[in-house]
Amino acid sequence: MNKLTSRVIIAMMLIWVPLNWLGQDGTIRNESSLFCTPAQAAPAWLPWFGEEAAPLEFSELYSGASALGLEFSPKLESLKGKKVRISGFMAPPLKPTLNFFVLTKVPMAICPFCSTDADWPDDIVLIKLSEAVTALPFDRPITVTGQLELGYQMDEETGFVSLVRIVADNIEEAN
Amino acid sequence: MYNPKMSVLCLSRCFRLVVALLVVASLMSGVTVSYAAYRAPEVPNINIMPIDRAKFLVGQKFDFAIEVKSDTPASAIEVLVNGKKAETFFGKQAVVKFDNMSTYRINEVAFPQTSKVTVAVTVKTEKGTEKRTVNYEVPADKIKKPAKNVILFVGDGMSLQARQMARILSKGITEGKYNDLLEMEKMSNLALITTSGNDSLVTDSANSASAYATGHKSTVNAMGVYADSTKDPFDDPKVENIIELVKRTRGMSAGIVSTANITDATPAAMLAHTRKRSEQNFIAQEMLNPLHRPDVILGGGSRHFLPKSVPGSKRSDERNIIEEFKELGYPIATNKTQLKQAGTPDKLLGLFQLDNMDVYVDREVTKNPAVLGKFTDQPTLMDMTKTAINVLSKNQKGFFLMVEGASIDKQLHAMDWQRATYDTIEMDKAVGIAKEFAKKNGDTLIIVVADHAHGASITGTYHEKDGKTGREAVRIYADAGWPTFADADGDGFPDNPNPDVTLAVQFANHPDYYENEKFLDVPTSPAIMADGKAIANTKRAPQGGDLKVGNIPASDPSEVHSADDVPLTAEGPGADYFKGIMDNTEVFHGIVRALGLDGRNEKK
Repeated sequence: MNKLTSRVIIAMMLIWVPLNWLGQDGTIRNESSLFCTPAQAAPAWLPWFGEEAAPLEFSELYSGASALGLEFSPKLESLKGKKVRISGFMAPPLKPTLNFFVLTKVPMAICPFCSTDADWPDDIVLIKLSEAVTALPFDRPITVTGQLELGYQMDEETGFVSLVRIVADNIEEAN
Repeated sequence: MYNPKMSVLCLSRCFRLVVALLVVASLMSGVTVSYAAYRAPEVPNINIMPIDRAKFLVGQKFDFAIEVKSDTPASAIEVLVNGKKAETFFGKQAVVKFDNMSTYRINEVAFPQTSKVTVAVTVKTEKGTEKRTVNYEVPADKIKKPAKNVILFVGDGMSLQARQMARILSKGITEGKYNDLLEMEKMSNLALITTSGNDSLVTDSANSASAYATGHKSTVNAMGVYADSTKDPFDDPKVENIIELVKRTRGMSAGIVSTANITDATPAAMLAHTRKRSEQNFIAQEMLNPLHRPDVILGGGSRHFLPKSVPGSKRSDERNIIEEFKELGYPIATNKTQLKQAGTPDKLLGLFQLDNMDVYVDREVTKNPAVLGKFTDQPTLMDMTKTAINVLSKNQKGFFLMVEGASIDKQLHAMDWQRATYDTIEMDKAVGIAKEFAKKNGDTLIIVVADHAHGASITGTYHEKDGKTGREAVRIYADAGWPTFADADGDGFPDNPNPDVTLAVQFANHPDYYENEKFLDVPTSPAIMADGKAIANTKRAPQGGDLKVGNIPASDPSEVHSADDVPLTAEGPGADYFKGIMDNTEVFHGIVRALGLDGRNEKK
């Protein structure tokens, strides 16, 4: 993302943050797109006042893997609850109204939610948003920054099981 | 004889006379070709399951069910089997419910005698009565010298063309003559198998494997059942399958081997009953059910066997299916080393990947760490087949083994014919191992078949040696010459999957995708889903490639199954059954005939 776009986004956020505090009427949120609302989960000022985000790669998620299960890597364990940054591809969500999506290492061929025999690969990260997004760049890499959550969690509505999650506070196109 | 004195006119008159005489003669002797008329398919209001023209092994158990669709609830459903009331015929009470979809059902029945069967159904509604008749067959075909064992190889999606690609890459061709044939081609019998299910021209792997396992048609995504109208994936009328039959009637051993998740459609259909193949957690736990518990289970997909608290599990409960198998005395192998160390126990569970096992090229040729990750010690299909045969053949009563080359299909879906072909060769080598075993005692029937086809054809060759690229570099007719694959080490696999002259393999159906005709370093999807539409994946041809505009609905991001008939080859006792064009349900009947199974028997 070039600097000009970043500045525009920062400027938009500065306007948008107080709007959120004042209005809460949801009109802006209904038209939200992924890149126009970079801060959707945590307060927008967090990236500036919070800690530095630690870079994380898909290949660093698990240190051990066998047919008997996966093992979180020491690096992943050490970043639990901390701010991380990871790049990947957004997989198509089950429904456009969901406030989470799945980040994958490579673009997903099959929409596992809509296909009967497909299932997700093991190395995925679930990205939690404060609201659903509508403009979805599935074919371009994106970088997500946010707080890392680890451990089994099942989404009540969809039954979707996740192990590694990021509560996103910034999403942008990867370089 | 030509007579120069005869005029042309005279010749023509003679000819006409001869033709006229022939026509009269043929009419008188009845030598005319007549065609049976048929009607366009229609959905009857009375749905009888099993369907019309179903064929049963005598004594094979099934659930008999009828669904009647009517504007107002039906008031009576009368069912006659060969003129007798169905309840009397089967000796069981029917459960009948009247509604806009009225149902009549008698579970777990069987035909006690070989015969033709007529089922006449009469339904009374406010508007009057509606009738429907279906016919069944319970054949009496008996084999003189039965087989002790049957090994069924299913090359998933292994069309005629997929076999040929494997023959070219594995054996090579010199001056138009193949240097050799595949193991699966050097067999005594050949048949063509039609693949449609009872709902649709084009099948999926559950449906088609179910036909092989039960002798009955099913529906896309379903196995071991006739699909009824309810949403519940576990309530559909069942049909007894091959593993249940060999266990119940004879106490034989049974095994399933696959390079896919072992709960995937093809291995699952050998034992399970569900309308929904995606119920893989259910299928995993069904493998424990003594009615159809395989003695040997080897493949991928441990994620459906691990409790949900274990990272990597896809279960929604805390059941540890691996531990449950352990408690039943199954040694567990999770990699090739452990599989070798397992020796020949009486039963065996081997799960070598959380998901589908990796394909042969990635596992054994390139060994690309970016693809394999930590799974660097996976067995080959040959290893698994050999172990399965060693374990199962300990049972003196014989065994049934199904071996699936699963990723032939998965890679053809991804339009990666090279990966598919190496996996076809891998399965062929597994066939070779089975043939070696069969040679020893001569009492094993081996069947090699696909479950459906893919739209891939060999158009010629492809090279860029003269600077041409893309479609202009596809060499056709005389320009094709020969591909330059070579197998210097004689292991049956070409040394290089990406020689300077490769095959031009083109697909009849595809999504939008980029094609550069080259071997892909890592498996890469041709298209990805974006906003519900398949769009070409730019990662597919990083060096550049031609955009091929899709010719199937944009809702599907992969190449899809084709309705083409598929070849079956067979050898051993009972192989003579397989010839000509056969319905896919006949594969089951060929198996049970070869074994001389009788569904009325109960093992002692």
